[in-house]
Amino acid sequence: MNQDSTIFALSSGSGRAGVAVVRVSGAEAGKVFALFGSTCPAPRKASLRRLFQPDGSVLDEVLALWLPGPGTATGEDMAELHLHGSPAIVSAVLAQLSQAEGFALAERGAFSYRAYRNRKLDLLQVEGLADVLEAETDNQRRLAMRQFLGDASHTYETWRADLVRALALMEAAIDFSEEDDVAVKATAEAQAVVRRLIAAFTDALSKAGRAAQVRRGLRVVLAGPPNAGKSSLLNWLVGRDTAIVSPVAGTTRDVVESSLVIAGTPILISDTAGLHQGTTDVIEQEGMRRTLRAVGEADILVWVEAVDGVSTEEPERKPDFRVLNKTDLAGAGSRPTGAEKVWPVSVRSGEGLDDFRAALEESIRVRNDLGEDAVVVRERHRRAVELALGHLHHARGEDGGGDGRGLEFIAEDMRKAAAALAGVTGRVDVEDLLGEIFSAFCIGK
Amino acid sequence: MTHRFDVIVIGGGHAGCEAAAASARLGANTALLTHRFATVGEMSCNPAIGGLGKGHLVREIDALDGLMGRVADAAGIQFRMLNRSKGPAVRGPRAQADRKLYRAAMQEAVATQSSLTVVEGAAHGLVINNGRVEGVTLEDGRSLSCAAVVLTTGTFLNGLIHIGEKKIPAGRVGEAPARGLSEQLAAAGLAMGRLKTGTPARLDGKTIRWDLLEEQRGDDPPEPFSFLTRAITTPQVSCHITCTTAETHRIIADNIGRSPLYSGQISGVGPRYCPSIEDKIHRFAEKESHQVFLEPEGLDDDTVYPNGISTSLPEDVQDAFIRTLPGLAAVRIIRPGYAIEYDHVDPRELTHGLAVRHLPGLFLAGQINGTTGYEEAAAQGLIAGLNAARAVAGLDAAVFDRADGYLGVMVDDLVTRGVTEPYRMFTSRAEYRLSLRADNADERLTPKGLGLGLVGPAREAAFSARMAAITEARTLMASRALTSAAALKAGLKVNQDGQTRTAFQLLSMPEVTIDRLAEIWPDLRGLSGDVRTALEADALYAGYADRQRREIERFREDDREAIPDELDYHSLPGLSMELRQKLSRVRPATVGQALRVDGMTPAALTCVLAGIARLAPQSAGQSAGQSAGQSATRNAGRTSW
Repeated sequence: MNQDSTIFALSSGSGRAGVAVVRVSGAEAGKVFALFGSTCPAPRKASLRRLFQPDGSVLDEVLALWLPGPGTATGEDMAELHLHGSPAIVSAVLAQLSQAEGFALAERGAFSYRAYRNRKLDLLQVEGLADVLEAETDNQRRLAMRQFLGDASHTYETWRADLVRALALMEAAIDFSEEDDVAVKATAEAQAVVRRLIAAFTDALSKAGRAAQVRRGLRVVLAGPPNAGKSSLLNWLVGRDTAIVSPVAGTTRDVVESSLVIAGTPILISDTAGLHQGTTDVIEQEGMRRTLRAVGEADILVWVEAVDGVSTEEPERKPDFRVLNKTDLAGAGSRPTGAEKVWPVSVRSGEGLDDFRAALEESIRVRNDLGEDAVVVRERHRRAVELALGHLHHARGEDGGGDGRGLEFIAEDMRKAAAALAGVTGRVDVEDLLGEIFSAFCIGK
Repeated sequence: MTHRFDVIVIGGGHAGCEAAAASARLGANTALLTHRFATVGEMSCNPAIGGLGKGHLVREIDALDGLMGRVADAAGIQFRMLNRSKGPAVRGPRAQADRKLYRAAMQEAVATQSSLTVVEGAAHGLVINNGRVEGVTLEDGRSLSCAAVVLTTGTFLNGLIHIGEKKIPAGRVGEAPARGLSEQLAAAGLAMGRLKTGTPARLDGKTIRWDLLEEQRGDDPPEPFSFLTRAITTPQVSCHITCTTAETHRIIADNIGRSPLYSGQISGVGPRYCPSIEDKIHRFAEKESHQVFLEPEGLDDDTVYPNGISTSLPEDVQDAFIRTLPGLAAVRIIRPGYAIEYDHVDPRELTHGLAVRHLPGLFLAGQINGTTGYEEAAAQGLIAGLNAARAVAGLDAAVFDRADGYLGVMVDDLVTRGVTEPYRMFTSRAEYRLSLRADNADERLTPKGLGLGLVGPAREAAFSARMAAITEARTLMASRALTSAAALKAGLKVNQDGQTRTAFQLLSMPEVTIDRLAEIWPDLRGLSGDVRTALEADALYAGYADRQRREIERFREDDREAIPDELDYHSLPGLSMELRQKLSRVRPATVGQALRVDGMTPAALTCVLAGIARLAPQSAGQSAGQSAGQSATRNAGRTSW
């Protein structure tokens, strides 16, 4: 555990309360407000503050607390930011903090450890914390990691193997330089592995950046045959006339996007051109092509048909919701049937709309909860990979570390890289290195 | 007949000698119990001291006024600084030693140590009263009483030598093993294990064709181990290098089934870094040849130690394969190589002071703790002897931590991680490697040794003088400075940034030495060799030193948090079964040590902290910030929908 740095973490649980609390503890905690272009509130006074992104745009308006130590939970200076509980905002705040010098995302247990060290946890609290952490046995943690990471775990194992290999080669060149089997080429191979790791980390970080952008908000897409009432539904959801509504089929020619906040999550909601077969109109064809692209990118796809409308072939992407509009037109047309749950509504009369919105909201909340946990995992990993990459660049002498440095300096940088990645790849222990050395080289003159 | 000693050290090997001397230096009335005084200081395996990591240990023992460095300086017949082409942090002094001179020097050091009595005899068992060790019984019926025992039995605990199909119970060739002690330790509830090591055949140097072999010379001038040795006066000799051939490999491969390592006869685990020649050939079949170093065992001794072909193959196979090595076609084998299995105690039974946790009055050092090597044994001996004497005087254990030196790294590794093979020191085990250098061992440890009463007046005076010279030189170098332009003019390639750099800062640049700087500032010419070495190393690592110092402070903070010994890990909710078992076995003394237990996570640590809090129920402090935060959350009442 890095005990020098100022630590931060999302301290609230799920986003259901609508508020997400980010806590910061450590010597630099007071700088948090300035980091977001804001000012430090008076001590222990809940104050409204606006947080800005580096480009000057507003990130969130929050309740901010400045709690100078030692009379705090951890005994250190602390700050709390009570954000709007959306994964996008939380993610952005954590990302911005993790970029700041001297700040590190807290590992689980880090706050309570500091509190303990500073004699701030009393008996009851420590016991309570232990209960909270009861589920945190290693196997469960590993299982959870695997679920979160999926394919990523394979990548991490590859990284780990490479790290062990590179470190083992360097250490062999130091500790077993007298062995004829440990030739000078050991360090050359180590450098090659380091180059490979640098490339892998750089690639992973650029992908992580793109993934984070996608996570900045959820995409809800309304799609279906023409004249089903998609634009009307959008306008009702957004609460203002965003889309042009008319009884003429094919009024919406392009994708119309609108943003709103549902369950504390920024939502980009898209109204799309109706899908139907057999058109020759070039503009309509282009509109449908764009609809299909939006459908492909949707996080939540709402398929809208009308009681009196035509049915059309559904896209491959299975809808998350099926809405049957215009139920006020009693007895009109045939209703689509099937095993799937259908939400009958009438945008004109308002019938069924509240039920549908509640269901949509719930669905967003569920994603929100999953997303928040994922944000923590990913943010910590991203920061770790960034740190490790920095050490590897230094080991390569690519940041002014300079040439002609001894092997022991390069090994030192690589040890630091492995330590930074411990939370991602698992701790690389000297025994791992010795195991690799003794299996790779015939040691023992 | 009953004698009353403060401390009895059983065993006169490297661990035993240092233990006895350290205990006696503290003023404890100490006995060294050994079969025969004539074997004190024996080098049972290779005739060499030091090496990478090991050389660091020798310097640290010396910094604490131990014996090994001075004895090796008196006996050394070929000195080499390993990794000389690399930075000073990873250099390791090593020397071939004349075995006879080494014994003589060690025996003299023991004989002249005040408060130390040598008792010749074979230990039969420990006298244990009310769960305390209070003496030793001897095979001849004598019994010696004492307040503490340091057990340094080496490979003697149930030692069993293997040569091919032959099995000989022995501690060393020709010396009987110790049987009763091992049973007594197991009966006392100590977890035991079995390890294996090996040694090569010894050759008659008169029958070797030296003219056919590559010569390896030592350093000239040789650099001594001890900070007290001014110059090496013993004559210096060379080693020679030969190698295995295709024929060697064929003979060994054909007979591998006759090696007890492969026939299943040996159950002990051997070291991976010191494999037998049959292991090398079996596991690295693609390698066509292995180097073999022919090391002289003494100036007036023709015995040669062939380093690299330790084996337990039958004598006829040894005879055949050794003759296939270039230069050895007509060699006479003085005695065959062998493998030896021996019992050891799981070192997780020990405290950081090397005391057996559940048997007060008993301390263990050396191979009995699962280590290998003279240097590892000697360093433990010093720590065990020191703490046995302190325990007798009613003092707390003196502990060296991972930031103090390699001896601290080793003890912490042993008591925290246990061993799966004989433990040997490597520089890669030291996380603060750049700070723990062989050249600054005295600066790191001698002050601590003085505080403990381990260091005598002669070393104290020499140390003070050396430190004064280094301090003076540092001041001098901090007061000499050049602008970047002036430095360039003087031929030093520095960034032309207009900055002024001191001589010390310039010294940190690659390829800048004090000699080079003395061309600019002639008054630097007067600096002595060891002062130069110290300053050059300090300057080289200055950039990393600050960071490492901060890391060490943090590490020491964790190591100050004690964990009560009565903490029951099996009662702690939230810990995995695996960690419960590991923690119960290791019983970490501090939070820092708990963090180093294999598999430990911050979440698991919180569970441990909760357990500590339950044992010590004094509520210390309130969490004002936390409750303020919670109420603020409720009061804010800000929701989005």
